[in-house]
Amino acid sequence: MVIAVAGGKGGTGKTLVAVNLALALRREGLEVRLLDADVEEPNAHLFLDPAWEGREEVCIRVPVVDPELCDLCGDCARACAYGALAVTREKVMVFEELCHGCGGCSLACPRGAIGEKNRRIGIIEWGHASGSLWTARGLLEIGEPKASPVISRLKGLIDPEAVNVMDCGPGTGCPTMTALKGADVCLMVTEPTPFGLHDLGMAVDMAGSLGVRSLVVMNKDVPGEDAVRAFCREKGLEVVMSIPFSLDIARLCSRGANLVDEDDSWTHRFLQAWRRVCELVPGVMA
Amino acid sequence: MIRQLVVISGKGGTGKTTVTAALAQLLGPLVLADCDVEAPNLGILFPGSPLRRIEIQVSRKASIDPERCDACGLCAERCRFDAVLPRTPYRVDHLSCEGCGVCGLVCPAQAVSFNAETGACITESMTPHGPLLEGRLALGEEASGKVVTRVRMEAQALAAQKGLELVLIDGSPGTGCPVIASLTGCDLALLVTEPTLSAVHDLERVFRLVSHFGIPAVACLNKSDLNEEMGEAVRIRCREVGVGLEAELPFRPEVVEALRHARPPLGNVPAEVEEPLRGLASAVRERLGYNE
Repeated sequence: MVIAVAGGKGGTGKTLVAVNLALALRREGLEVRLLDADVEEPNAHLFLDPAWEGREEVCIRVPVVDPELCDLCGDCARACAYGALAVTREKVMVFEELCHGCGGCSLACPRGAIGEKNRRIGIIEWGHASGSLWTARGLLEIGEPKASPVISRLKGLIDPEAVNVMDCGPGTGCPTMTALKGADVCLMVTEPTPFGLHDLGMAVDMAGSLGVRSLVVMNKDVPGEDAVRAFCREKGLEVVMSIPFSLDIARLCSRGANLVDEDDSWTHRFLQAWRRVCELVPGVMA
Repeated sequence: MIRQLVVISGKGGTGKTTVTAALAQLLGPLVLADCDVEAPNLGILFPGSPLRRIEIQVSRKASIDPERCDACGLCAERCRFDAVLPRTPYRVDHLSCEGCGVCGLVCPAQAVSFNAETGACITESMTPHGPLLEGRLALGEEASGKVVTRVRMEAQALAAQKGLELVLIDGSPGTGCPVIASLTGCDLALLVTEPTLSAVHDLERVFRLVSHFGIPAVACLNKSDLNEEMGEAVRIRCREVGVGLEAELPFRPEVVEALRHARPPLGNVPAEVEEPLRGLASAVRERLGYNE
């Protein structure tokens, strides 16, 4: 199964929940894979310190124009939906960072003048962290806009026999949707602020459009604050876990420590949330 | 001269929107541009009724006419985004379609057409510190960078029209498409960070991002007393890369409380937070040569 962790707003505690849940499940003896799909800023490894055992480059196919064959007709530039090609009087200019790698230009070229080469946009890497937790991450190159191909490749490491916990990035756009697509359930990590609430609404709609059920984890929770809970009740979203607002927890996370390592009661709380997820989502192992 | 200041952070939740709101209070009148189009939050701190709504079409999606389609399968074979669902009748999954047009190019039956969908909307409202333009991406839309670019164009046009000299851009977390679109061509980037291992790590990537695009940068350390060691790491790295650390805001529960009630920072946070924010505003003013 794949259990995604998202939430919309940044900094609500997605990585905290993903890492601690994965560690708790591993201690329970389950086969667990933790995939860090926040490829623009992957941070789960900072809390796990894994030894990377394997790595692959993620490339997209970008055009290479053969000047011998090209007659500057301009069909390639007209076919490109992204403005990645411009035909001047002397040559065809390729703006590789705009290219989506669709291959349209080479199909459109009447002279067969366009070949392709690999352009590296990121990497994926995997290994084991302490406690024999299998973990992987995607990492987008700096200056590279398109995160989705890296996320798609990372998802190739999903093990259908294991519990795959996937830390998705913030936001509700293309990268997050690419990560979330096909997940069995999504834990939406939010906080009781108007910002958390607003972005949670967007994230739940996004998951719904992909047919992924949302369950909520309230982080930085405060007693008596109920705008987010009211929203959850109204939308029929169950809050499966609450993590209190606490300076101690903030300090602990700030140095890269994990809740489940500090205090065993956290392992139980994450496992409790996990059991509730299993009860609520049909088809998920118990 | 219109100047553009963008606030980014790498890691989410470090306080971009809070700092942006404070700068609006201190540097206004200006034009505010919420370019966190996947999670726009500035309007929560500065609510106002919308004066104008611009619906924009950012990308096109393919559709297959089942009457014309003879199920040859070429489109599904050539689509590199796995957006054509190869079962009769052939259909396009609009969430995966990137509008590249390859299916239309290869279809021998001319069964493919392209529709521009409304991919985003931009709303203009008025705040006490100047107009706010907010971009909002439609569900399933991938072109967040294009929306950001459009919000910035509208913001500059509005600044010119109203005689305002500063566009203040609230960016999104990460380093990808929307962040790059928020950053390029700006006069100054303000990097909001916090003393946590994650933020320190992400800050390195943001340093490389601003240097990759040649944008001058200054930094602000939020929640500065949360972790002394990490705070020192931020100070050292800022010095080493030559990014001026212009303000340190201590962690105070009152700030969280103000945000919980959707109150903008100035006037609602303690003096030890307000004072460095004022210092930050002056530093930014000086760096931009902006003396409104």
